[in-house]
Amino acid sequence: MLPARSQILLPVRASTIVASFALALFLNFLPWPDVRVVPDFVALVLAFWCVRQPRLVGLGVAWTLGLLSDAGNGVLLGQHALAYSLLAFLAIWLSRRILWFGPGLQALHVALMLLVTQGVALLVRLAAGDPFPGWAILVGPLAGAMLWPAATWLLLLPQRRTEREQAI
Amino acid sequence: MDHSPPPFFKRGPAPLVRLFFFASLSLALLVIDARFRYVEGLRSWIALAAYPLQRLGTAPVDLASRVGEYFATQAQLVAENEQLRAKALAYSQDAQRFQAAQAEAEQLRRLIGAAERLAVRATPAEVLYVGRDPYSHKVFIDRGAAQGVRPGSPVADEEGVVGQVTRVHPLVSEVTLLTDRDHATPVQVVRNGLRAVAFGGGASGMLELRFMSPVTDIQNGDRLVTSGIDGIYPAGLPVAVVVRIEREAENTFARAVCKPVAGIDRGRYVLVLVNESARPALPEDAGKSRTEKTRRARSRAKDTDASR
Repeated sequence: MLPARSQILLPVRASTIVASFALALFLNFLPWPDVRVVPDFVALVLAFWCVRQPRLVGLGVAWTLGLLSDAGNGVLLGQHALAYSLLAFLAIWLSRRILWFGPGLQALHVALMLLVTQGVALLVRLAAGDPFPGWAILVGPLAGAMLWPAATWLLLLPQRRTEREQAI
Repeated sequence: MDHSPPPFFKRGPAPLVRLFFFASLSLALLVIDARFRYVEGLRSWIALAAYPLQRLGTAPVDLASRVGEYFATQAQLVAENEQLRAKALAYSQDAQRFQAAQAEAEQLRRLIGAAERLAVRATPAEVLYVGRDPYSHKVFIDRGAAQGVRPGSPVADEEGVVGQVTRVHPLVSEVTLLTDRDHATPVQVVRNGLRAVAFGGGASGMLELRFMSPVTDIQNGDRLVTSGIDGIYPAGLPVAVVVRIEREAENTFARAVCKPVAGIDRGRYVLVLVNESARPALPEDAGKSRTEKTRRARSRAKDTDASR
């Protein structure tokens, strides 16, 4: 039983996952002008792998990536770790459901997950005594969700079979 | 009888249990970091692991600027050269006058018996990237403990003060910008020597002089420089220009909004100043009792906040 419009993919390689996370961290560390409207690429890629490979990428990976983001950005240690753990949990929890939908509805699910992630980070910072940075922080997660179909296409590329293989 | 599933269905603890475990681990880390600052060593090590990716992150910008340089035309280069030469001439005159004035000032200070000001050492550094955090204003520079940067050192660019080093990792350091909400700079108005403290304005990108008396002699366009009485910033570095003064009838205090003169959100190269201050060291036990006192005061303030 397979979700609609899906083809049988090659098994995923661990190197693909590691490379995608490295790329996402690299994109996050780029000198963006306004970080409020730039999507969190690590969260997006993490959500993708948690949905597609819940047995390979789970909360441990999410937590480690969160710590790396925290230390690299000089924010409170544990802020991203908490947010990403929750994101991974939500993604694994919804993974059976999400793949039955088309790209648009999948993106809606992802938007909700990313908003919750951002909300957790916001709560942590408000509790730590920082001011509210403005509603523009909602733009980042929504932009991330809009990138979901493109991210899906790109990250599944190494697992696609060639035309000839499919014919056999 | 034991009804456990066969081993090939084993998936470890349930996701909810795992979430609980990792969430509590994160929360514990958060509390330890926010309240006690015990995890700075751990943070430095993790930052070291992220360093290659951060370094790589600046590569596209470098590449773009290099490609741009390659396509610069001869005319542009000649014009820029001329501009730079004129600037250098103006600066050299200033520098000569500065040396004379410095010698004179030193002599005068010796005459009145004031402590001599020590020369400020400057280490050039490059801004690696801006911290990905909408709640604070921080940048990261490519000089760390290995290059002798120490926490607390002021950071300036060619126009004025940019901020202060707040955390030092082995290879990078974190600079809190003047505009950060938690950052305060002791300043002085050049025109009349009025002392004040400039606080960061947060998202507005401005500085604020809060709690000024409404009759304070301050005007639009007044230049603010560091006063140097804190023993951290060298005296006389340009900080900001007053752009707006709010004197409202319903407020007891006036508020001056100032625009920072340094390229806080655009420069790529900065100087880390190492100020060998001539301030006498604090006595050991006095320092201890003071931190104890401030901690107590802080917890008391927290209690009153909570009761409100």
